[in-house]
Amino acid sequence: MSTTAQEPATVGTERRLTITEAIREGIAEEMERDPRVFLIGEDVGIPGGFGGAFGVYLGLPERFGHERIIDTPISEKAIAGAAVGAALMGLRPIPDMQYSDFLFECMDELVNQAAKMRYMSGGKLSVPLVMRAPVGTANRGAQHGQCPESYFIHVPGIKVVAPSDAYVAKGIIKAAIRDDDPVIVFEHKLLYGSKGREQAGGMDLTAHVPEEDYVWPIGRAMVKRVGTDATVVATHLTLYRALAAAEELAAEGVSVEVIDPISLQPFDLDTVFASVERTGRLLIAHEDTLTGGWGAELAARVAQERLYSLEAPIRRVAAHDVPLPVAPVLEQAVVPTQQRIADELRLLLA
Amino acid sequence: MIEPIDVTGLGRDEALVLYREMLRIRRFEDRVYQLFLKGELPGTLHQYQGQEAVAVGACQALGPDDWITSTHRPHGHALAKGVTVRSAMAELYGKATGCCGGKGGSMHLGDPSVGMLPAIAIVAGGISVVSGLGLAYKLQATDQVALCFFGEGASNEGAFHEGLNFAAVQRLPIVYVCENNIYGASTPFHRTSLVPDVANRVAGYGMPAVIVDGMDVVAVRAAVAEARDRAQRGEGPTLIEAKTYRFAGHSRGDARGYRSRDEEAAWKEKDAIERLGLAITSAGLGSEADLADVLADVNAELEDAVEFARSSPDPDPADALTDAYATAIAIGAAL
Repeated sequence: MSTTAQEPATVGTERRLTITEAIREGIAEEMERDPRVFLIGEDVGIPGGFGGAFGVYLGLPERFGHERIIDTPISEKAIAGAAVGAALMGLRPIPDMQYSDFLFECMDELVNQAAKMRYMSGGKLSVPLVMRAPVGTANRGAQHGQCPESYFIHVPGIKVVAPSDAYVAKGIIKAAIRDDDPVIVFEHKLLYGSKGREQAGGMDLTAHVPEEDYVWPIGRAMVKRVGTDATVVATHLTLYRALAAAEELAAEGVSVEVIDPISLQPFDLDTVFASVERTGRLLIAHEDTLTGGWGAELAARVAQERLYSLEAPIRRVAAHDVPLPVAPVLEQAVVPTQQRIADELRLLLA
Repeated sequence: MIEPIDVTGLGRDEALVLYREMLRIRRFEDRVYQLFLKGELPGTLHQYQGQEAVAVGACQALGPDDWITSTHRPHGHALAKGVTVRSAMAELYGKATGCCGGKGGSMHLGDPSVGMLPAIAIVAGGISVVSGLGLAYKLQATDQVALCFFGEGASNEGAFHEGLNFAAVQRLPIVYVCENNIYGASTPFHRTSLVPDVANRVAGYGMPAVIVDGMDVVAVRAAVAEARDRAQRGEGPTLIEAKTYRFAGHSRGDARGYRSRDEEAAWKEKDAIERLGLAITSAGLGSEADLADVLADVNAELEDAVEFARSSPDPDPADALTDAYATAIAIGAAL
């Protein structure tokens, strides 16, 4: 994998989109290109409804019809099961979970069926589905704010991606739809539009999104900020907070490299290894809880493969091991803030 | 006293096919049990003796492009849908020539080339997945129908409610075949449900349901054929509850202490194979010699399959690491 993967330079007119717009455009392009692609979920196409819980699908029913934008009962097992079965028959379903917390309602369909059908059949079948699942705290509490990505990196047969900007989001949703394996796409609620900007350390949450057809390959990371003194690997909202913390430390004369892994399974270890070889210091940051989070696995891999490149112990900053509270002051005491990330970086560099 | 089933209107060839299909499953299961006791087969077994009329009646009503889903007790469904005896037997032996290359085994028998998903060994798991088969057929406007086998115990799972309601409201071309063999492992249905018939539960989904004698292959075939026609007309799914009985225990080593020998004897009086055999000879569709010929053919087929499985190569251990993903992930690159 490339170790200098970067968002390409803007060619022609700049077209800045939100993640919501980018994902909608990516899905629409794939539905246009491939008649096997369809959407299925709760409140995805009801006339006068929401276009999905976060408005991603607005306009798609008018364009593609209710045959391909299928509204379901509140039945997550039925949604996931229907997607698995349709994928086995050669279609390309995009099942929608309004909140990733609801994935636990259909764990059997994902973990026992989608992930294992190919293997159990001796490689004769494939399950090309793309499960969309919004994550992230947004003052919604313990059952509408979790980041359950790490549960699924533990399941052989499922791919897990976590795009954090509009350019990548469009590219990777298209790559996921074209992929022959089940892919779960985790997106962060606060990154969909511009409302999360304040929470994201004031970072611009839009990105230039080319109109032409492109994919972001599953399994490729992106170096978001080049640095020499320490490496931070972070996703979603925590990525933006890490970028803000890196900016904060730049004022103190410290150069921090920030990597967005984008894909959690498979994982672009080469990009992280190459960075750590140069910086010698690694901080892993995610909004998922600490224990057993994907950061633990990444730390183990780096410790095993690049121990002698490290000048300090690997550090992790993650949500504390408690359920999510609602009160903003409590919530921010649980998830990694810019302050915590900056403090961890200072400890790493001490 | 065994009563023959009604074979009015059945031709000789048709009758002998039904007899052969059922007898193949019975003899397969009996032979597999012996092989298992001899230690030739790994793992565990959930056997199908007694329920043959359901698998055969249902699959005989399907077309070659119709798919089925199955359960942890799939041997009968697999043979009835056309998985070859050789590839099924080799799969039970864990050989490379098995229908899943040794990766599925007894509880995941299946073969896409004959329209059977790897059997789903999570109770009611197939009820979730079959919705997608039906949805695919509906979206592609084919005239295919999906058939889902499950036991009465599965009707106590949440997937039953979600799956049947979704299929009904979407009018999916699905036939649900509930094999009510009375026991979920050791637990009788009356201890887990205040309604004795699974069919009664289905009115709540606006779906028609019929109860059929699951020890009568012709009756099962007729019920499934009618449900399939209905599905093909776009009128949606039907549930068929086949009242049946498994002659063997739930799995290997089950001493069946939870049911009486009298009850077992009463059900053996309804043995579907014997009832059809008697009907064939009484109606003049075939002679005792014809039935003996079928048995001899089936036995020869089985011995050939056992020999094939025994002499087949083991899978290459390196194959254990393939097929998890369609597009290869280097193991080192995977977290």
